Amino acid sequence: MTGFLKLLARNRLALAGAIVMALVILLALVTPILPLADPDVTDTANRFRLPFSEGALLGTDHLGRDMLSRLLWGTRLSLAVGFAAAIVAATIGAAIGIISGYYGGRVDNVIMRGVDMLMAFPYILLALAIVAALGPGLLNALIAVAAVNVPFFARNIRGITVGLAHKEFVDAARLAGLTNARIILTEILPNVIPVIVIAMSTTIGWMILETAGLSFLGLGSQPPQADLGSMLGEARSALITNPHTSVVPGVMILIIVMSINLLGDGVRDALDPRLKSGALSRPMAATRVDRRAPVPEAIGAGLLEVQNLQTEFHVRGRNYRAVGGVSLHVKPGECLGIIGESGSGKSVTALSVMGLVASPPGVIAGGAVRYDGKDLIGAPYRRLREMRGRNVAYIFQDPLATLHPLYRVGDQLIEAIRAHRPIGKQEDRTKAIELLKAVRIPNPEKRVSDYPHEMSGGMRQRVGIAMALANDPDIIIADEPTTALDVTVQAQILSLLDDLRRSRGLAIVFITHDFGVVAQLCDRVAVMYAGRIVEEGPTRGMLETPLHPYTARLMACVPELGGGKRRLEAIPGLPPVVDRLPEGCAFADRCTKAREDCRVGEIHLEREGARAVRCIHPETPLREAAE
Amino acid sequence: MGSYIVKRLLSAIPVLLGITVIVFLIMAMIPGDPATAILGSYATPDNVEKLNRDLGLDKPLVQQYFIWLGNMLTGDFGTSFALNRPVIDEVLERFNGTLVLAGTAFVLCSIFGVIAGVVSAANQYGSGDKIITFAVLLGISIPSFFLGMMMILFFAVNLRWFPVSGMWPIYGARDLSALISHLTLPAIALAVVATGVIARLSRSAMLEVLRQDFIRTARAKGVHERGVIWRHALKAAMVSIIPVLGIQAGFVLSGAVYIEIVFQWPGVGRMLVDAILKRDILLVQGGVVFVAACYVLFNIAVDVAQSLLDPRIKT
Repeated sequence: MTGFLKLLARNRLALAGAIVMALVILLALVTPILPLADPDVTDTANRFRLPFSEGALLGTDHLGRDMLSRLLWGTRLSLAVGFAAAIVAATIGAAIGIISGYYGGRVDNVIMRGVDMLMAFPYILLALAIVAALGPGLLNALIAVAAVNVPFFARNIRGITVGLAHKEFVDAARLAGLTNARIILTEILPNVIPVIVIAMSTTIGWMILETAGLSFLGLGSQPPQADLGSMLGEARSALITNPHTSVVPGVMILIIVMSINLLGDGVRDALDPRLKSGALSRPMAATRVDRRAPVPEAIGAGLLEVQNLQTEFHVRGRNYRAVGGVSLHVKPGECLGIIGESGSGKSVTALSVMGLVASPPGVIAGGAVRYDGKDLIGAPYRRLREMRGRNVAYIFQDPLATLHPLYRVGDQLIEAIRAHRPIGKQEDRTKAIELLKAVRIPNPEKRVSDYPHEMSGGMRQRVGIAMALANDPDIIIADEPTTALDVTVQAQILSLLDDLRRSRGLAIVFITHDFGVVAQLCDRVAVMYAGRIVEEGPTRGMLETPLHPYTARLMACVPELGGGKRRLEAIPGLPPVVDRLPEGCAFADRCTKAREDCRVGEIHLEREGARAVRCIHPETPLREAAE
Repeated sequence: MGSYIVKRLLSAIPVLLGITVIVFLIMAMIPGDPATAILGSYATPDNVEKLNRDLGLDKPLVQQYFIWLGNMLTGDFGTSFALNRPVIDEVLERFNGTLVLAGTAFVLCSIFGVIAGVVSAANQYGSGDKIITFAVLLGISIPSFFLGMMMILFFAVNLRWFPVSGMWPIYGARDLSALISHLTLPAIALAVVATGVIARLSRSAMLEVLRQDFIRTARAKGVHERGVIWRHALKAAMVSIIPVLGIQAGFVLSGAVYIEIVFQWPGVGRMLVDAILKRDILLVQGGVVFVAACYVLFNIAVDVAQSLLDPRIKT
């Protein structure tokens, strides 16, 4: 509760709303003891006096009554009626909701049907019908407004009660032989009261507005008694000649409702935990770049070159260094595997290439990504966009989430093309079918007008691949494209990718956590751990003689079909959190071979020929392995 | 699709019946004798009894309900005693006015609310977002009747850009330009609150969608950010925005009552308020049932629109 109040107080607007509201309520409370003129004494000789005139701070109305006094008394009445309506609506609504939710079954069914019927009315029709039946008057307006809001409370509270009715403590009370009435009062009610209070706090402004509205229509408070609504209603006839009589009560309603809304928003934000973590931030079109070190020089090591890339996530004052200085390169037609556990930074590395890391909270803090020698990290958005999909295309993991659910797959394929070059209406369908054919989707003429949800997981991933092929890119970055698929489909997708690569001369960066997949597809492998590369080299060499203990352990996780009686081992422990990496080797805590010197200083990636490793006590000496 | 519409229409029948029951029960709460209420306290007992018989009020409540329902199904909503004219004629004529006003306001708030929400989300925490958020807060806090009065004062009286009230000029042609100049202020005043609510919900719906994986896919394809926001994100966000539009239509219809009074617009809301003050019960009853039924049908149209947008809904 105190945490909640603290959050609320931190929200400056909500605090302002709370203060204004408190002032208004205080004024309304002390109104009877203030030295004010009688709000109902008419003085027609002094009618329509302007604000700030002698003896009448806010002027006088059409009957010469003091506006300030009427305003304060009217505010008092409006607040009282609004609060009363809220309390009545909440009490009756909660009672209905609790009974409905607690008893369930037919009782619930009948009650909720009734509530649905009431909610089928535009609210004012119901309020008008009730006032029509009871006759105009403030009390009747209050009843109408309360009645109209009962369904809202009933529905909310029922939802909460249904959840509670089957909890253990309620069952226990039942077994103890308590009556239903007792259970509702002692077990259920205390648990729903907070919800009732919150629902009230968010609707009270609305109720004040509604009762003021009915009074404005002449159906609420009757003269000479006046709330803010009827003051405004009476002033309407003199709107053009004496606007101040309208402005004064109108502005007061605005102030009250606005401060309640501010407060209500604050309450809602404080209760919604997603807002606290900033998780509702929208990712921008390209990852934010904030390079603090000079950009490394090009060395011309391949088509795509990642140099000392550093990507961080800034979340609530903490800095998670997801990628801590990664260097990689891919040559045309080559397949590079990046392998590591979840959270090792492999996906973030891949997404950084085209600035697709969600930002906020992602920031590229250093390094360079060169395509054909030119740096992409500092490139303007326009150039980045032109290259996305055309030079470097992506295939993502879960094809159901990564395809747009409301567009036909054909249209999504065509859009990929159209993003880079104009394509005619006739040509586009043919091209889409051609792409589907290229990824071996049977019956492509029909499939082209399917929605993603009408396809199987394997088919959807084929669409994802087709989309990546749409503009004949040079490089495809495949981010765990087979992880969400079952094994036979996985094998099909892998062989498809391999064929495409050979027939089109594609370079592929293949991200996975599965050494089996790497063995099947990749020429070279980079092993990542805690945001850095710990080993790199040709696939075959690494499979034969893994150097880093982590690589060796990772390989031991792959079951071998008919491969003897080797134990299938999981790596104990978890990777370190990347906002506070330990000194020395990040794997030391999980490594069976760790010694004293593993935990000291910076351990560099040592290179010898085609092999490289970041370990001072490798499984096999680096030089030996390189030969 | 056709069968889906039929299914939704059939499912509306119990709701429509429920509405008539609720209205009938509320009207049955009227204290005292409706005939006396209609004829006034000076009526002779004979006259009261005759009227009670004519209105079927001497019969049991359940029977009364079914007679009333049967009559309504044949288009007979009774006769307004204050206007001395069939209720249905009056309601239809006035509903026309409300439809023009509320319809225009609904279109305005849907378009501007969604645009404001999208722009706000696309520039989250930017100055555009802050301005829109503040405007939205102001918009949802100002009572529409007060806003209407201030607009009359400023745009009609001071600037003389628009007429002060009414739907048509007293003299002169009743053409479209006359209608538009009369419609502008009330439609805007009516649309403001709903625009604010829709903008808010659109903003959060957009923020929710913009974090989804398929948005990243669109960006990875090289789709321009404009297309990402307005085609990919907005289309997906519309799935949660459309139901809100349906709910807001009810609020626009409700708000029309105030706006019709402020701008002296000949609509069903003003008719209802007058009828209540004159205790013209049959007119109130007929008007409420008619408008509520229209609202139910409108919501079916919203559901159909939703199913057209989202292929995942089983039709």
